[in-house]
Amino acid sequence: MTNVMDRFITFLFYRKSLALFLLLSPLLVWLGVVYLGSLFTLLIQSFFSVDSFSGVIKREFTFESYYDLFRQSTNWDIIIRTTTMAFTVTVVSAIIAFPIAYYMAMNAGPKLKPILYLGVMLPLWSSYLVKVYSWKLIMAKEGILTWCLDQLGLLHLLDVVLSIPVIGGTSLSFSYIGMFLVFVYIWLPYMILPIQASLERIPKTLLEASSDLGGGPAQTFRKVILPLAFPGVVAGSIFTFSLTLGDYIIPTIIGNSSYFIGMAVYTHQGTAGNIPLAAAFSVVPIVIMMVYLTIAKRLGAFDAL
Amino acid sequence: MRSKWNLGSIGLKTATLFGFLFIHIPILIIIMYAFSTDEKTFQFPLPGFTTKWFGVAWERNDIWEAIILSSQVAFISTFIAILLGTLASLAVYRSQFFGKEIISFLVILPIALPGIVTGISLRSAMSLFGIPFSTWTIVIAHATFCIVTVYNNVLARLRRSSHSMVEASMDLGANPWQTFRFVILPNIATALLAGGMLSFALSFDEVIVTTFTAGQQSTVPIWMLTEFIRPRQRPVTNVVAVFVILVTTIPILVAYYLTKEDDGRKK
Repeated sequence: MTNVMDRFITFLFYRKSLALFLLLSPLLVWLGVVYLGSLFTLLIQSFFSVDSFSGVIKREFTFESYYDLFRQSTNWDIIIRTTTMAFTVTVVSAIIAFPIAYYMAMNAGPKLKPILYLGVMLPLWSSYLVKVYSWKLIMAKEGILTWCLDQLGLLHLLDVVLSIPVIGGTSLSFSYIGMFLVFVYIWLPYMILPIQASLERIPKTLLEASSDLGGGPAQTFRKVILPLAFPGVVAGSIFTFSLTLGDYIIPTIIGNSSYFIGMAVYTHQGTAGNIPLAAAFSVVPIVIMMVYLTIAKRLGAFDAL
Repeated sequence: MRSKWNLGSIGLKTATLFGFLFIHIPILIIIMYAFSTDEKTFQFPLPGFTTKWFGVAWERNDIWEAIILSSQVAFISTFIAILLGTLASLAVYRSQFFGKEIISFLVILPIALPGIVTGISLRSAMSLFGIPFSTWTIVIAHATFCIVTVYNNVLARLRRSSHSMVEASMDLGANPWQTFRFVILPNIATALLAGGMLSFALSFDEVIVTTFTAGQQSTVPIWMLTEFIRPRQRPVTNVVAVFVILVTTIPILVAYYLTKEDDGRKK
């Protein structure tokens, strides 16, 4: 058996392209057929339509689903709402993440650095659902946040915040503010790590050169560090933006039950059984992401990934 | 020299401290609530401590079924991911060919695109071709997005390990199979294990793609999601949450140490 194996592999070793083909084909078949095939099927189905009378999917090329999608102003509301949320979450995550990443890359000593790194990585990988759920506990009316604010005598502040029209609500866990908070919490590590990596890559000699040439700390930060870290910020923003666009669990569990793209897709394919419309709907985040990635590429984000 | 760059050092430390508290406290809170005697609300401070919910959860069949299904799916998907990811990384490492960049892109795509897109795509394809939902449809979905963790880990390791060892092995008369078996494989073993661990954790926790490809079956995340929306026994959900924290955190820690050790040795 090993003898056959030996010969076979030796045979392959001298035929590089055949070996390459054999090594790559399982992956290419899997991702090509299962994944790209599915994406393609989705795209095709978005050009099908549903017979409004029988509810059966008609397999004929038509723009009906797209027409349906863009005709209704509620769908526009969903797209705008989701994109606005994704954008806000991205900006705020970047603002919170930057000082943390900066501290990790520039200030933390060799002992502290791996601890901090692990401290960011663990929550990034650990259970998404559990984290969302914990915020449900925290933000519930009788929950821990209310108690803390009460102890601090700041409960009226919460009421003021919740009474703000549009973003407020009956309680934090039923408002856009609450949803926003959870999104920022869940995606924050995805923003910290790329920024930290890009800061880590700045040669210290560059900072010394800047100060030798008379640049003060603030100037060095603005003219040297920030431009070099920016691709990292853009790289992080790809995650926060894309993940918010596609998420439907957070808007389902937290928030005031107004629809986000993900929920619309889920409802259209599930309860409504309208796969073409769901497919057309899910093309929206793909297109938004493609535009976003094109801009990000121009900004040099891919070098920072 | 260093101190010069500690821009507003105290402010920075405070920001980092608050950032870390923000990231970690919610997870501790979940663990705390698993011991609460309060059954109906999310009352704080907790009215009392008890461990009885762990026993109640242990007796529940639906939880066991979800755990078994999740474990099966995670094991099989990880196995497929290891197979496909390793083969591909061996091909990509050191050889130049047309479309090499495309491979890396293709592998990342299933997790780079929003989960909802991956989910609905697979579902629409399954429904179009009349494939009935089963454990296997979940496995197909999970393996697809798990490949990237193995591929990236193994490829990174291959790039770091020096190729002269492979050459030395061949010079000393080992055939390619022996070289793979006794030189390359031991070299990438911990990276394989690390990639596999991450893949397991990723699969065990995945919910969005699973909701689209599971049909009537419940994995642990699906079970939890159902409980969030229609709670039956809240404290039992908290117990399962603690269990999920353990199942996803431990592999990640192990994976971290497996790859960290390697960094130290190679530098």
